[in-house]
Amino acid sequence: MGSRASTLLRDEELEEIKKETGFSHSQITRLYSRFTSLDKGENGTLSREDFQRIPELAINPLGDRIINAFFPEGEDQVNFRGFMRTLAHFRPIEDNEKSKDVNGPEPLNSRSNKLHFAFRLYDLDKDDKISRDELLQVLRMMVGVNISDEQLGSIADRTIQEADQDGDSAISFTEFVLEKVDVEQKMSIRFLH
Amino acid sequence: MLWTVGFAVSQNVGFSPTLHNCGNKFEKWATLRMERGAKEKNHQLYKPYTNGIIAKDPTSLEEEIKEIRRSGSSKALDNTPEFELSDIFYFCRKGMETIMDDEVTKRFSAEELESWNLLSRTNYNFQYISLRLTVLWGLGVLIRYCFLLPLRIALAFTGISLLVIGTTVVGYLPNGRFKEFLSKHVHLMCYRICVRALTAIITYHDRENRPRNGGICVANHTSPIDVIILASDGYYAMVGQVHGGLMGVIQRAMVKACPHVWFERSEVKDRHLVAKRLTEHVQDKSKLPILIFPEGTCINNTSVMMFKKGSFEIGATVYPVAIKYDPQFGDAFWNSSKYGMVTYLLRMMTSWAIVCSVWYLPPMTRETDEDAVQFANRVKSAIARQGGLVDLLWDGGLKREKVKDTFKEEQQKLYSKMIVGNHEDRSRS
Repeated sequence: MGSRASTLLRDEELEEIKKETGFSHSQITRLYSRFTSLDKGENGTLSREDFQRIPELAINPLGDRIINAFFPEGEDQVNFRGFMRTLAHFRPIEDNEKSKDVNGPEPLNSRSNKLHFAFRLYDLDKDDKISRDELLQVLRMMVGVNISDEQLGSIADRTIQEADQDGDSAISFTEFVLEKVDVEQKMSIRFLH
Repeated sequence: MLWTVGFAVSQNVGFSPTLHNCGNKFEKWATLRMERGAKEKNHQLYKPYTNGIIAKDPTSLEEEIKEIRRSGSSKALDNTPEFELSDIFYFCRKGMETIMDDEVTKRFSAEELESWNLLSRTNYNFQYISLRLTVLWGLGVLIRYCFLLPLRIALAFTGISLLVIGTTVVGYLPNGRFKEFLSKHVHLMCYRICVRALTAIITYHDRENRPRNGGICVANHTSPIDVIILASDGYYAMVGQVHGGLMGVIQRAMVKACPHVWFERSEVKDRHLVAKRLTEHVQDKSKLPILIFPEGTCINNTSVMMFKKGSFEIGATVYPVAIKYDPQFGDAFWNSSKYGMVTYLLRMMTSWAIVCSVWYLPPMTRETDEDAVQFANRVKSAIARQGGLVDLLWDGGLKREKVKDTFKEEQQKLYSKMIVGNHEDRSRS
């Protein structure tokens, strides 16, 4: 049968997710339908295998890193709240949000949080620094077998050299913040409805 | 039994256009009613959208990464291969897009309708039904299960038994024109009875392009009913694996009357053997056109997936056929991982009707400068265009299997080119 979109998602939960992530009512319902269609085990959570079943994600060179971003430290299952919280990073920044109130918590889809998300894809050991090794590992994922170790090494060295400002041969988040890149647009996914 | 047959046939012939109009009006009313009910309770109705839920740009990896770099760096756009930390944004966003909505996994489950057709199986807003709607739905259930279902089962039983008995009897006749004539009519009659058993309302287009002897008929695959639909309008040689049970009985009887191509399970794996037998069949001009579904599995009729190249290597004329079901009265897609054959047939027989259109496309042959894969893709595009389906390169086998690593390797290769250029550039620098 088709996915029972509205029947299993309680209104209170929907409201909470709306407040936390900023998605609209219909967007949340639609993503819930997506969540249930991915949940082959029908137990209300997604495992890594559920994500890997998406062919277009499986062929993405960074597919595994992206999947990892959904799972909090040491856990193997993600529920709908967690799913939405991660997806919220990619909500486009609306005009009325740009002038945010300084007192409220920073929304998940702020420019800074989007950059943090990308930073965490590089920072494998989560020590808030991208070391040469980590950069090499991610580069290796992206290029496969097509580039030699030496060449990849020199690319990594050059990148760290250009970005590093405090001389610790690693890239911290402040050094990572790429001022001019249009992060708002490149790390946002627009809904059609 | 004959009375039942006659009654059912006459019913269905007269009803179709009026039934269609009635049905459409009714569904619009039902959906409006549900929307009103939802508004009263201050909710929003869940509306499935068939065109996807997020905006995706059809740009390539190269273009997108160049754009990201352009927006960031103030260096001159001299296209030198290099790596930027911001490149990761591309992969990140693409990955997230596929998590929200991908092109492949949704093809393996039934299409979601935008208006409700009074079948609880397609209703996503169960809690918003008003009393009037519930009564009508109940009435619908009564009609479908207590009136239509027994009728249809009786018809199906008649059709299948006549097929088995008829083909066996014809099998005893000596080979010749009379046997062929009789065999053709036995097959056609029984398939037509089966069509009535499912209340399939079929519109055939361009019947002058119907497949001829020595050719191969290829069509998109949505369900086993496709076979019945095509075979009730034309005389084909079937291709398939030998089954046990009732299917096996039917297969053995059919092959007595005229040559079908049945393979043993072990033979199916041997591609050369399969190709050899099919080639022998098409080269004999007295033999019937073969009916093949190159996707290899059932897809949900919103798209056409990769055609396996086997049938396109044989060198025969290909007669493409596009089959498009209208899901308003009953969705014909067989989700084989969810329902077995018997459950599926029961669901079909308890829907309102199966409505579909069949287009016979002009015959195609392989050009000298294209190989089997290109030919297969060309045929696939023609079918997709005619049926209004999305043309995908993805393999239908992904329903059950993992995607091959080669695709990921392609992506990696493309990206590598962007950061170090080609071999020639590398040796220069």
